[in-house]
Amino acid sequence: MATSLRARNGGSPSPDAPPSPATRRGAGRPAASRRGRLYRWDLKATPYLFVAPFFLTFAAFGLFPLLYTGWLSLHRVELGGDPRWKGLENYTDLATSEFFWNALANTFTIGVISTVPQLLMALGLAHLLNYKLRGRGFFRVAVLAPYATSIAAATLVFAQLFNTDYGLINSALGWAGFDPVDWESSKWPAQIAISTIVTWRWTGYNALIYLAAMQAVPQDLYEAAALDGASRWRQFLSVTIPSIRPTILFTVIVSTIGATQLFGEPMLYGGSVGISGGSGNQFQTLSLLMYEKGWVTGALGQASAIAWVMLLLLLLIGGVQSLLARSHRAKPGS
Amino acid sequence: MARTSFLPLRRIPLRQSAGRQHHAGPLTYVLLGTAALFSLFPLYWNLVAASHTGERVVEAPAPLLPGPRLFDNLSFAWNQVDMGEALVNTTVVASLVAVSTVLFATLAGFAFAKLPFRGRGALLTLVVATMTIPPQLSVIPLYRIITDLGWVDQLQSVVLPSLVAAFGVFFMRQYLVEALPVELVEAARMDGAHSLRIVWHVVFPVARPAMAVLGMLVFVQAWNDFFWPFIALTPDGSPTLQVALAGLGAGNHTVDQAVVLTGALISTVPLLLVFAVLGRHIVGGITAGAVKS
Repeated sequence: MATSLRARNGGSPSPDAPPSPATRRGAGRPAASRRGRLYRWDLKATPYLFVAPFFLTFAAFGLFPLLYTGWLSLHRVELGGDPRWKGLENYTDLATSEFFWNALANTFTIGVISTVPQLLMALGLAHLLNYKLRGRGFFRVAVLAPYATSIAAATLVFAQLFNTDYGLINSALGWAGFDPVDWESSKWPAQIAISTIVTWRWTGYNALIYLAAMQAVPQDLYEAAALDGASRWRQFLSVTIPSIRPTILFTVIVSTIGATQLFGEPMLYGGSVGISGGSGNQFQTLSLLMYEKGWVTGALGQASAIAWVMLLLLLLIGGVQSLLARSHRAKPGS
Repeated sequence: MARTSFLPLRRIPLRQSAGRQHHAGPLTYVLLGTAALFSLFPLYWNLVAASHTGERVVEAPAPLLPGPRLFDNLSFAWNQVDMGEALVNTTVVASLVAVSTVLFATLAGFAFAKLPFRGRGALLTLVVATMTIPPQLSVIPLYRIITDLGWVDQLQSVVLPSLVAAFGVFFMRQYLVEALPVELVEAARMDGAHSLRIVWHVVFPVARPAMAVLGMLVFVQAWNDFFWPFIALTPDGSPTLQVALAGLGAGNHTVDQAVVLTGALISTVPLLLVFAVLGRHIVGGITAGAVKS
């Protein structure tokens, strides 16, 4: 396409059919060739002009800060002060800091208990939404409604629902004959409560993504499976799931990235002790620790090191996931 | 055996028994109803809590039915805590971010979809790769920059980094690859149209549905954004709704939980209204952006 476009428009008038000398020597010739040059320039430069805003914005607010964070992570930097070279000390400090390992473990556990149920429930929901339904539009919008809620609003509401003394969740547990749960200062209940907020906000969103992928699965596959006597559950496992595997991988990656960055939910859930991730750091995530180091303690170098560890973690997870995806892709082909 | 299955009479019942053609049974409605209830209950309870006194909200058991205090709480949040100013700030920020993202993403998406240029593939890969970089990686230098510029608590410190997003570029490219016939672009060029004319008269009209969807998605995202605005703006300066809410929740102004939840309601209701009106299109947009990747 590229060459044909350029050939046809490179010089006006059209070079495809050699123009007669008469038109070539026409009165408008200098103007035409200037226009031709302008045209060629337009053709060549325009694509770069069109993509430039993205790359300029990214260079200024993405790439430069990314590298600068890396540079800062090798320095001792106080808020407003001049950086002093520290080498890898910020990183070795992290390796011996129990706060860092605690935050890393919390990020991991909260990530797992929010991502896994969320995606499994989304798969189930998408399967249900895929039936011929009355009120389909209502169900779709209803499960997507949490997506319209902000982290802040959702967390403040759930913090009340999970309140140990007067929250509705403990009341409901009480009516069902269970003892009240300490959703704030016990480690696992607090992490479960925070994961619930994440799961609540994102399950419907993921379900709709799965639903769209399911609707693209060729009907013939189900027919063939039905012919072979596969039950509907069997069809779901053996036709639907493998067919939408790329979409599942997409949601796993997006959710993992989200889980690694978890910040607002634990911070606001913790109220006055939110920045340290609860009274005993029981739900302090890497992002929270980074914020605490940078903006409360004022150690921007250490905060930068935490940020870079997060990037390395994401690269590691991304590498593992693409390896898994490749081995899965290799299987059906062979 | 194989032959008979191709007979029309065999095919029709089989089709109906398979996959999405199947009618939902009562169990499906029960499960979906439960899911809808869990999705909507926290939103409903937010309204309930915003209509009681602060004392009543923190009394066991918490209220389940709306009370009489909604308008008192609203006017308090509006006047004392200045949720009104935060609402205006958030609308300004989200609108600017949405308009500029849609504009620049459409231009870049058009270039990546239909214009030949050197390095196109590599640059597109770079665009996609930038989506995985967490914002944590850039906030420290950004904070230093806006401090040096004296932009702390200025809305431009939130708007400028979000002028265009990789997701938008990718989204528009995916749409235009299929929706815009290259012949249209070529024909316009043959007629002597320069690139901006082509964008205005050919690309924008074709891309309008996708631009609308992207605009809504970006607006929702910018409206709800928390991490960077929380660092760049303060609750006492000119906060967005989310930053103001964080201030309320941390008890800077008040510990009245009813007012806190009234603030949450103020931040949620505008988007819920948008969803109620445009829900179908947003649903379509979310699925369109994700499946093709």
